[in-house]
Amino acid sequence: MSLKSSVSPNYARRKAVDLIMRGLVLIATGLAIVPLVLIIGYVMIIGGSALNWEFFTDIYQPPMTVSMPNTGPIDPNDPFANLDLGALVGSEPATGQAGAGDEKGADILEAPPRGGVLHGIVGTMLITTVALLIAMPIGIMAGIFLSEFPDNSVATTVRFACDVLSGAPSIIVGVTAYILIVNAKGPDGQPLGFTGIAGSIALTFLMVPTITRTTEEVLKLVPEATREAALAMGATTWYSTFTVVVPTALSGIVTGIMLAFARGAGETAPLIMTVLGSNVLMTNLLEPMAALPLITYRYTESPFPSENTLAWGSAFVLMMLVLLVNILVRIATRNRLRMR
Amino acid sequence: MDEAAQQSRLLSGFAKTIAQAKERAAQTSHETKIEAINFNFFYGSFQALRNISIRIPSNQVTAIIGPSGCGKSTFLRAINRMHDRTPGARGEGQLMLDGVNIYGDLDPVKLRRRVGMVFQRPNPFVKSIYDNVAYGLRVQGIRDRRILDEKVETALRRAALWDEVKDRLHKASGTALSGGQQQRLCIARAIAVEPEVILMDEPCSALDPIATMKIEDLIHELSASFTIVIVTHNMQQAMRVSDMTAFMLMDRETRAGELIEFGPTDEIFTNPKDKRTEDYVTGRFG
Repeated sequence: MSLKSSVSPNYARRKAVDLIMRGLVLIATGLAIVPLVLIIGYVMIIGGSALNWEFFTDIYQPPMTVSMPNTGPIDPNDPFANLDLGALVGSEPATGQAGAGDEKGADILEAPPRGGVLHGIVGTMLITTVALLIAMPIGIMAGIFLSEFPDNSVATTVRFACDVLSGAPSIIVGVTAYILIVNAKGPDGQPLGFTGIAGSIALTFLMVPTITRTTEEVLKLVPEATREAALAMGATTWYSTFTVVVPTALSGIVTGIMLAFARGAGETAPLIMTVLGSNVLMTNLLEPMAALPLITYRYTESPFPSENTLAWGSAFVLMMLVLLVNILVRIATRNRLRMR
Repeated sequence: MDEAAQQSRLLSGFAKTIAQAKERAAQTSHETKIEAINFNFFYGSFQALRNISIRIPSNQVTAIIGPSGCGKSTFLRAINRMHDRTPGARGEGQLMLDGVNIYGDLDPVKLRRRVGMVFQRPNPFVKSIYDNVAYGLRVQGIRDRRILDEKVETALRRAALWDEVKDRLHKASGTALSGGQQQRLCIARAIAVEPEVILMDEPCSALDPIATMKIEDLIHELSASFTIVIVTHNMQQAMRVSDMTAFMLMDRETRAGELIEFGPTDEIFTNPKDKRTEDYVTGRFG
């Protein structure tokens, strides 16, 4: 009898179980990242191929093989100003399919992609930044309240409300914003209408719970000893919170804000109900605006292959934008002290 | 006849009072800094300290010893009201700093500027070494760079840390130092604001012997300018660093901490009056 078996008679069985469990965990992990790899890979391959310099510097251009005659300056207040009705008529499915030899229809379907998503980049950045500027102070302050004064009925209620709201379908948030803002009567008795700022507010509804809860969680991780040290120095509670507790948890709070930014930048449903979308470059938050997810949403179902390419490119740019902002913010807020 | 008897009784009472006062004066040649008279402390309905009466002398090191759970940390933290954040914690009776009741008229923020604290585990802030030491000064509203520089250097020198950190004051985080250095940084942080009292809650329990030795040397030097109250598990440490020693014990039935004996350290360790003190210091339990 070997020493090994005398020490643990079921050694072989335990080893086998360990091996099987490790395999199962590995398979599950692999399955979990399959969708991620598929989505990112697909968007990168198809969307990435749509990219060129024009894509970042130009706004939407209707699919054409020949340049349109100049019809004069575009009215910047008309979101559909350069929606080319002529091209749409030419591409009616009936015409396109029945008359395969129809020169015009065939031309448009085979038209190379042109134009860009500058209006979408500008719109998304503006709407999301404004939303973040509103959501950040509210979310961070509420998070501080929940973490530093955790045991009272207000905190319990707020915590519950945040959890419900962060799980709420975004279309409901959109409808709410539509009723409260877009459809609300302005001073002139007319509805306020679709505006960029309405979209920002709708996104705020989605961002605040995320920021609040992550702020609360990371502040709770700050050791009690750190708070006591500050208090023992004669600091008041708010002074110790803002000079010691928040800076200690800063990277975690930034993570929460970036999560909220990524979620806000990618939301589509609330924007459909509030900013409507636009094909021209709009920088006025009191007007309908363009946004990258709206471009993706609208042109994915377009019959024109060139517009489908635009939608993929827009999706890719959105992904890269979120990534870029994330990296820049991390560099800006990283701790410059030597920790070792 | 009656009157004469009354007078002699009064006289003998008077003589007794004087004798007591003399005895007390001999016991504590230093001025009293912190005084507790029948001080009780509660966590909710649980009584953690019962009838603590003690006079902690100024500019001396007073050690509080006793087995785990005897309330020594509770008493120490009561002195600068660190329990205020704990729901249901309250102090009753007299606990006075320079004759002013800590649980009465003193604002906790003002109190803590006069009573600094060093904790069991080193707890530097995730800030530069300089900002760690300057924190208490900034709390007091000092913004003048020259004054801050000067006070930070003084505090770090007194904490015997200056030479080790002077070339990375602004570059390294306080948490980048070794454990012993971190604890000396915490001491520097506490003395930078020049408090009157420094409370130390087992300041060496997380440190190795060499770091412990450095802290103990430091306590010796600091006692010239500060009143130091140190809680320790380690009786040898109490013997080495303290002038006065208080022995506390938990009552078996009520689980409330009580002060058993208080006196000069050499008396507590060589000639204790109470049997329980003797048992503890000779290592018969604890």
